[in-house]
Amino acid sequence: MSSSEFLSQFLFTLISFALLLMLVGAVKRMLLWSQGQSSTIHWLGLLQIPRRYLVDLHHVVARDKYMSNTHVATAGGFVLSSILIVLLYVFQLKLQILTWALLGSSLLMFVGSIFVMIRRRNPPPNLSLGQWQRLPKSLMVFSLSFFILTLPATGILPSDTGGWLLALLLVAGIIWGIGEMFCGMTWGGPMKHAFAGALHLGLHRRQERFGGGQSTGLKAIDLSSKKLGVEKPIDFKWNQLLSFDACVECGRCENNCPAFAAGQPLNPKKLIQDMVIGMAGGDDAKFAGSPYPGIKVGTHKGGAIIPIVNVLVESDTLWSCTTCRACVDACPMMIEHVDAIVDMRRFETMEKGQTPGKGSEILENLSATDNPNGFAPSTRMNWAADQNLTVFGHNEKKQEVTQADVLLWVGDAAFDMRNQRTLRAMIKLLRAAKVNFAVLGDAECDSGDLARRLGDEATFQRLANSNISTMNKYKFNTIVTADPHAFHCIKNEYGEFGGNYNVMHHTGFFAELVSQQKIKLDNSKELALTYHDPCYLGRYNGEYDAPRFLLESMGVKIKEMDRSKSTARCCGGGGGAPVTDIPGKQRIPDMRMADVIETKAEIVAVACPGCSAMLEGVVEPRPEVKDIAELMLDALIEGVVEDTAEVVVEDMVGGAV
Amino acid sequence: MSNNNLSVISLVSIGEHPTSRRPRRAEQDARAIELGIKLVGDNLQTLHAGELSDDDSQQTALRSYLGMGLAEINLLEMPENSDAVLVIAEHLKQKKPDIILTGVRAENGESSGMLPYLLAEQLGMAMVTSIAEILSVDEVNKQAEVLQALPRGQRRKLKVDLPFIASVDMAAALPRQSAFGPARRGQFEEILGTSFTDQESSEWQTADAKKRPKRLKIIKAKTAADRFKAATAKASGGGGKVVHGVEESAQAILDLLVEEGLV
Ligand code: SF4
Ligand code: SF4
Repeated sequence: MSSSEFLSQFLFTLISFALLLMLVGAVKRMLLWSQGQSSTIHWLGLLQIPRRYLVDLHHVVARDKYMSNTHVATAGGFVLSSILIVLLYVFQLKLQILTWALLGSSLLMFVGSIFVMIRRRNPPPNLSLGQWQRLPKSLMVFSLSFFILTLPATGILPSDTGGWLLALLLVAGIIWGIGEMFCGMTWGGPMKHAFAGALHLGLHRRQERFGGGQSTGLKAIDLSSKKLGVEKPIDFKWNQLLSFDACVECGRCENNCPAFAAGQPLNPKKLIQDMVIGMAGGDDAKFAGSPYPGIKVGTHKGGAIIPIVNVLVESDTLWSCTTCRACVDACPMMIEHVDAIVDMRRFETMEKGQTPGKGSEILENLSATDNPNGFAPSTRMNWAADQNLTVFGHNEKKQEVTQADVLLWVGDAAFDMRNQRTLRAMIKLLRAAKVNFAVLGDAECDSGDLARRLGDEATFQRLANSNISTMNKYKFNTIVTADPHAFHCIKNEYGEFGGNYNVMHHTGFFAELVSQQKIKLDNSKELALTYHDPCYLGRYNGEYDAPRFLLESMGVKIKEMDRSKSTARCCGGGGGAPVTDIPGKQRIPDMRMADVIETKAEIVAVACPGCSAMLEGVVEPRPEVKDIAELMLDALIEGVVEDTAEVVVEDMVGGAV
Repeated sequence: MSNNNLSVISLVSIGEHPTSRRPRRAEQDARAIELGIKLVGDNLQTLHAGELSDDDSQQTALRSYLGMGLAEINLLEMPENSDAVLVIAEHLKQKKPDIILTGVRAENGESSGMLPYLLAEQLGMAMVTSIAEILSVDEVNKQAEVLQALPRGQRRKLKVDLPFIASVDMAAALPRQSAFGPARRGQFEEILGTSFTDQESSEWQTADAKKRPKRLKIIKAKTAADRFKAATAKASGGGGKVVHGVEESAQAILDLLVEEGLV
């Protein structure tokens, strides 16, 4: 028997055996996922895997051109090679064309693996080491082995070249390569991401995210269930467990996480890896990436039926998150970190009553007064005592107001002197544009954003239901608000409770008015200005253009920050982070202000009451913080719309109480 | 602290939020529960005089005590116009608890702050007002050491014989957070109270209490420096002195009344 005959027979056995082993591993892995709670299985999504991989996933990967090209070569070469290997060596289809194709695909993969190798020579801190440093070598061995193996078959080299020595080397290489690339896929090596990742793309819990869609609202839970929120890994939905397995430890989430950068004990990448440890059982000693700042790696362990918090993950880790979604947006595997974090917070708050910091007080206030700071609900309209606003329902003059074009959602800015300035500016602008609007007055409650993100789903649902039943009493076309958090809640989260409305953020609404010439802005001002994207407007709702359009209509050339639009850094105000107040090395708003100062801007335009509060909290001297509505009011050219005064007076019925 | 054999009953009422006037867990009662849980853990018994209301917000308020981790609250049912003090006293006489905890005063209703005193009188127990903490309980010698809260952060350590009633001050440790899950799952045990009709209160006229007007400080300062001093000076409690004897006490009170122009 010649060495080439031996190789061909041996490979048949080896590859068949490896495939069998892979299958066993796959079943074991699936059993791990199936420990999770039931959740809709989107079978049709499985058909979409190639498309989602090539379009949606690569759309994210391509933010790093080097890596996306590398991945196309390596993964493309690998997938092609694998198919050809199975055809050639398992099904023994000895077609010349297949051999040539394998030669090409393994070469492609080899080229890709060289770039992986280069990238990993001096890996940036966001990349994991450990087994991930082994991967480029495995890729090379796999591709090179099959490349050399295929050369004689194509006739480029005479058969039996190299004799038994080369044959043995090839056997060794192929065992290594196949072990890593096939068996490792389901037995938990770095290649696990290919198997779990593909299934995760198909069976994703938020199918709407693919094909350019959006799905950012938190999902409601049944408040009468036996356990509220996630205590143990098995309390996650099965498809969440699957999603954790898809992580490639690329650390893009880590690079974008404001809490991590501020030295708070959170690293979204480690969190996802910890969830994997929890699901499969074990400790975190082998984790080879950046730790949670201030917490040593190797000190925690977990298991599928062991509580997570303070065993596997410290509670401070969960409460450091601002729910800014920067991690989710940056994740090439479309993993939903925020869902997981809020799920665990729900258990902490609703089952254990362990919301840290001022959490308990704030939630109690929300229950008793419908606003986080415990102000009397009857004083909600005090800020507008001089505004003569139309209030839905009974007004002072006893005239019933039941409809308006616009419902102006005031939000908790009503109780905050700083943000009352923004509200006043908005009202002047609305009146200048002759918009027919009314407010809910004292009947408005907090949107529930804060409660929900602090894990208090019960209070959120109460507030949501109360707001929905109030709003359903009246007729209006659009809800307009200056608060992106309320905007997001009403737009994306009230739907599950039967509240479906046309909601606009004030920047979107004003952008329409400006383009319709209903508001005219002076565009002669020269302002050194930058714009800070609010997370809940940008990443949560994809609105990056309207605020910029408005600023440009005022003649401003925006000095964009490095981290802007989808990679904008959070101001630190979301997700109840100011309430839980987990200590770090620096404060997130200070970091964001440093980004602003880097652009040499004198003004930072904001579009969220939370952002203005956080950024104005940075010690002076610093650039001025102004809401876009305030800037617009400064630039407003009055009197373009005729008869404004009369119409407004006619519209007004009664006033604020 | 392991006080396994100690029987502690905490009385809870439905409070009222000061700005919204909505029902909530009363702040002092919640502190009493916190103190009780720290003292005897799961053995703490909780008693509410009244039925379970159909009103959701009333129920939620009562349930928020359950949300602190109590398995159940005992509801002492009584007809509407009963005298709660007598009904509670009758019930407690049978229970014979070692320690009874209450708030200093209710957040609504009569809010007289008399309940612990009247109960102590009925039950023949000692009564300690405004405690901040129970330091230790000596079950053998039937004695407890408690910390009483005095104005301006002062504390006084007292020894009191069991059984006793203590009203818990705002200075006591903050109550733990009430969690929704346990609040929803906690149970109410209904007990029928003996009926004692309150004859007097039906004849009363009630009006909302008004805030007591603040006494104006008349400052006869000539210079800015004096005014500044007067504005920033700590209130010095120089007026008080310890008086012994009935005669002297009566005289002191009379002097004060004359000074204030009330007599
Ligand atoms: S969670 Fe996503 S972004 Fe973060 S390391 Fe894993 S794959 Fe990368
Ligand atoms: S949502 Fe923001 S703060 Fe939370 S983990 Fe992701 S990047 Fe970090």
